[in-house]
Amino acid sequence: MGMVVSFWILAAVGIIAALGVVLLRNVFRAALSLILCFLIVAGLYVTLSADFLAAVQILVYVGAISVLIILAIMMTREVAQGSPNSRFQIPAFIVAILFLEVLVLTLINTPWPVSSMPPTAPTTAALANSLFGEGGYLLSVEIAAVLLLSAILGAVVLAREK
Amino acid sequence: MLTNYGYIGLFLIAVVLFTLFMVIIPIALRFLKIVPHNPNPIKNSTFECGMETIGRTWVQFNFHYYFYALIFLALDVLVVFLYPWAVNLRALGFASFVAVIILVAIILVGYVYAWKKKVLEWK
Amino acid sequence: MATIELNIYNLVNFQSIPPDWPGGFWWHWLFFTVVIIGFVLTMVMGVIYIERRGMARMQSRLGPNRTGPFGLLQPVADAIKVLLKENIVPDAADKLIHWLAPVVAFAPALMIFAVVPFGNGVLLADLNVGILYVVAISSVSTVGIFMAGWGSSNKYSLLGAMRNVAAVVSYEIPLVLAIVGVVLISGSLSLNQMVVAQDVPFILLQPLGFLLFFAAGCAEINRSPFDLMEADSEIVAGFHTEYSGMKFAMFYLVEYAEAVAISAIIATLFLGGWRGPILPPWLWFVVKVIIVFFAMVWTRTTLPRIRIDQLMAFAWKFLFPMSLFNLFITALQVLAGWPTELVWAMIIVNFAVMAILVLVWSKLFFKLGRGRIEV
Repeated sequence: MGMVVSFWILAAVGIIAALGVVLLRNVFRAALSLILCFLIVAGLYVTLSADFLAAVQILVYVGAISVLIILAIMMTREVAQGSPNSRFQIPAFIVAILFLEVLVLTLINTPWPVSSMPPTAPTTAALANSLFGEGGYLLSVEIAAVLLLSAILGAVVLAREK
Repeated sequence: MLTNYGYIGLFLIAVVLFTLFMVIIPIALRFLKIVPHNPNPIKNSTFECGMETIGRTWVQFNFHYYFYALIFLALDVLVVFLYPWAVNLRALGFASFVAVIILVAIILVGYVYAWKKKVLEWK
Repeated sequence: MATIELNIYNLVNFQSIPPDWPGGFWWHWLFFTVVIIGFVLTMVMGVIYIERRGMARMQSRLGPNRTGPFGLLQPVADAIKVLLKENIVPDAADKLIHWLAPVVAFAPALMIFAVVPFGNGVLLADLNVGILYVVAISSVSTVGIFMAGWGSSNKYSLLGAMRNVAAVVSYEIPLVLAIVGVVLISGSLSLNQMVVAQDVPFILLQPLGFLLFFAAGCAEINRSPFDLMEADSEIVAGFHTEYSGMKFAMFYLVEYAEAVAISAIIATLFLGGWRGPILPPWLWFVVKVIIVFFAMVWTRTTLPRIRIDQLMAFAWKFLFPMSLFNLFITALQVLAGWPTELVWAMIIVNFAVMAILVLVWSKLFFKLGRGRIEV
């Protein structure tokens, strides 16, 4: 009962926030709407019993990525005026419709399996085992580190050009 | 587990209502004529430092803020990997310690590079 | 009726509460919501009084001493005064964001206390990811401060908010890495479990981690000597220059609520939280929070404000490498089995390691120019 209510509240607020990102003319307000959307996604993770993921969602997306987005907005020139009309409006609209169609088709044709197993209670230890334990995804973790390294190197190169 | 998050969700609602209430009290008191409300153009102009405002407010900023935020993002993701490992280190044993050393060492290459190229200094 | 009486009996006698005190879902929630909000507001008033009087003593002044006995009612008087002030919003401001900013900044500061234990199992929600939740939620208030800086349409406000972002971005990493050390020893992310694991307060086992957390925590909530975002002599009052009346008071509250929150987290992680002899657990907790806050006041009156280049260099070139050293040394000690009978030897070793690391790295840090702008 509580689950259903919270899910529908989260879903409704999430969709409103997502629409706000697209429709608001003021870029900064759109960014705030996006941050609300991130928080709602964290709430949805909680309803799926993925508490560690929810905390990471808030930590990384609201704590770090939103800061990046806001700083990127600070570096644009005309903030308050929002996005001007461009001649790509119609092509962009067509691409968006096509993408939407793909998404909807996938949604309908996927046989969403529902697991009957109860969710793992403390998720953190299980996560640690599959990340660093025997037969886990250790190689993927190290490759992710290489990806992060490339991000840092890119930032250094960008900063040096100034 | 979900009971706990039920508490958190309800607490969030209570806290938001409480903070909104605190912001709304003065507005309610304004209608009761307890809090004054006499706006005029001079009072409502931007204060800044007391002088007349010059130029636009939303000026462009130092790129360095963005650089630090990028490095922060990368290290934040690294730390997220470290948390589950730290919780379960006793069960995982020495092999996972070596794995984490390698993980951090890979990232530290970027850190040392940034230090050597003197981009960690504020300019 | 009987259940209500039982609940009230439980409320009065904190110590008699079993760790899984349910008391019914709604009673539990209502009780802790009221207690947490009341606790934070009372503590904020208390610490404002402590800070003003303590700072005054350290600076050979008297401080506020006219309102009530010893000036104890000064925070109340301030609250009433600020409530009756006119609310001025600049015409150029982004009204909605200007209005919402205090709410977004204040709510996370209160939310942190949802997982802080006041006694064994006496907390709103004992989350499995407790400390990660704290770190995550506290990062939301940055958004509120940025909203304030942006919504004011004022150059100094925006500059203050940008500096805040720079400080948070730099000090968050040492902060979370210092926490990992504690997590390694206690083997849990739940704050209550961490306190239960502290037969010896972790400040003794993790002296370096405590120092790092304290410094990074002070910087994170922009307390002096890291209060660049509201450096009066440079950028008027930072992000809340354009705020007046109750909304200004909200930001004042946020500042101290965050200070109390960081003190509470330090008390829980490093000083043994609610554990202690004789006194009831919640009283021990409050005493420890006040001790940590007093240490913050002390540093504020002792140290001068640092420049922004020093701020960044201190985070990236001093705290970050140190926190990595701390992390790996602790991990090795845990892997070595953390001999429980040799705890005192371990404490001495850890203090020695801390002293050597701090001394050696400060030498290096000074040699490398302390982050001074290189010309």
